[in-house]
Amino acid sequence: MTAHKRRAPVPTPETAEFWAGTKKGELRLQRCTACAHVYFPARPFCPACASRDVAWFTASGKGTLYSYVINERPAPGFTAPYSIAVVALDEGPRMMTNIVECPQTPEALVLDMPVEIVFEQLDDTIALPLFRPVVR
Amino acid sequence: MVQHRSVAVVGAAETTGLGIIPGMSQIMLHADAALNAMADCGLKPSDIDGVATAGESPVAIAHYLGITPTWTDGTSVGGCSFMLHVRHAAAAIESGLCKTVLITHGESGKSRVGAGGWGGGSPASLQGQFETPYGIAGPPSIFTIPVLRYLKTYGIPIEKLANVAVVQREWAAKNPRATMKDPITVADVLASRMIAYPFRLLMCCLVTDGGGALILTGAERAKDFPRKPVYILGTGESSETPLISQMDDFNASRAFRVSGAKAFAEAGIAHADVDHLMIYDAFAHLPLYGLEALGFCKPGEAADYIWERNTAPGGNLPLNTNGGGLSYMHSGMYGMYALQESVRQMRGIAPAQVPGAKISVCHGVGGMFAASGTVIFTNEPA
Ligand SMILES: [Zn+2]
Repeated sequence: MTAHKRRAPVPTPETAEFWAGTKKGELRLQRCTACAHVYFPARPFCPACASRDVAWFTASGKGTLYSYVINERPAPGFTAPYSIAVVALDEGPRMMTNIVECPQTPEALVLDMPVEIVFEQLDDTIALPLFRPVVR
Repeated sequence: MVQHRSVAVVGAAETTGLGIIPGMSQIMLHADAALNAMADCGLKPSDIDGVATAGESPVAIAHYLGITPTWTDGTSVGGCSFMLHVRHAAAAIESGLCKTVLITHGESGKSRVGAGGWGGGSPASLQGQFETPYGIAGPPSIFTIPVLRYLKTYGIPIEKLANVAVVQREWAAKNPRATMKDPITVADVLASRMIAYPFRLLMCCLVTDGGGALILTGAERAKDFPRKPVYILGTGESSETPLISQMDDFNASRAFRVSGAKAFAEAGIAHADVDHLMIYDAFAHLPLYGLEALGFCKPGEAADYIWERNTAPGGNLPLNTNGGGLSYMHSGMYGMYALQESVRQMRGIAPAQVPGAKISVCHGVGGMFAASGTVIFTNEPA
């Protein structure tokens, strides 16, 4: 049953708000109230200055393609070839993702191209943030 | 800071066999290497009072070998753990916590006898939540992710990345124990099977079985042993992030830079003093990141440096002279084999011996740019 599905994340108390956001179609990040640093992954303190005074906000879901590989080997829930990418969000942090809705080729996956978030509902509890090229 | 040359490697050995060893479980690979290292310096388990290892617990290794330690170190930060063990052991010996330390590695990387597995983290770990769901499937699909950014930043063609594997195969050809010895060309590398674009098979390390062990003691005792002592001149270590997606910069490794700078400062040497260099090469880009982070090349210039044959046989900076993880062997935590080659070079007994080498730098990576350790050796006593 689970062998052919992608391995789903299990939220922790520190990340629950992030995963609650993706379920609603929102990319929620945190900003430090003390130093304005925006960071990812979620935690209840600022990794730049250690302040616990941090606040959630809804990010734009826009970014650019920072780097990637096109994996040719099997993984649960994936049919090779598929991209494993890192996106630089417009708000600053980077996150791992898959680039979807385009051919999984070097020609279609161009570094620094603009991308935008889409959410894939894995099950009743988890929606995974993925990215697709921005069509101009 | 550990005093220069106050601690020495007096025993060093790899497993009796190397490559495919289906007849030994993981813990026995540790033990086989440990027994060989003890034979190398004429010590018995009862002479050892410190044990450090990764992959297995130091408790398990000590008990398996019949050692009663007064000091253990289970630092486990991936393939460079053994560089950190050398560093920690030197400090422990110098401060009197123990006198004689055994560091072991063994891994049934190919045959998987009594071995653990790469799991991608529990689903609630940071990796399990923020990387594993995207289909990462072991090091070939993770360690490789920064490279397209690096190649674009510096305008490096893929041929120059492929060439790293070609040059290391030249070194491997000189080593009877190397797994892969046949010469290859850039065209061969670029024609090999795609693993994770832009990485092809020959840009990825081998998967083999083996082990290695080191025995360290105070330099004042080192001359009592049969082999030429190899002194610790300087060491460094650092860590960055367990998530490759969260590296500061895909063009460089902070952990490499910090660890290397610490070791060079401690050793008090200049780059021109280095006769021999080992840089852990799980994949073809690691020597590039290593040469730049250690300061042998400016950012973006390492691929040309290797292309121009500076690190090849006959070059001025012999690099990965055993053939490296790409061609010699790679069980999973390769750092021990890099250390073994540095020790062989300092003893003057390496298959591809660098004539007259006096200083060897051995630089390791742990995880996927997660951690780093650097050890600088010399064969010249204080
Ligand atoms: Zn802050």
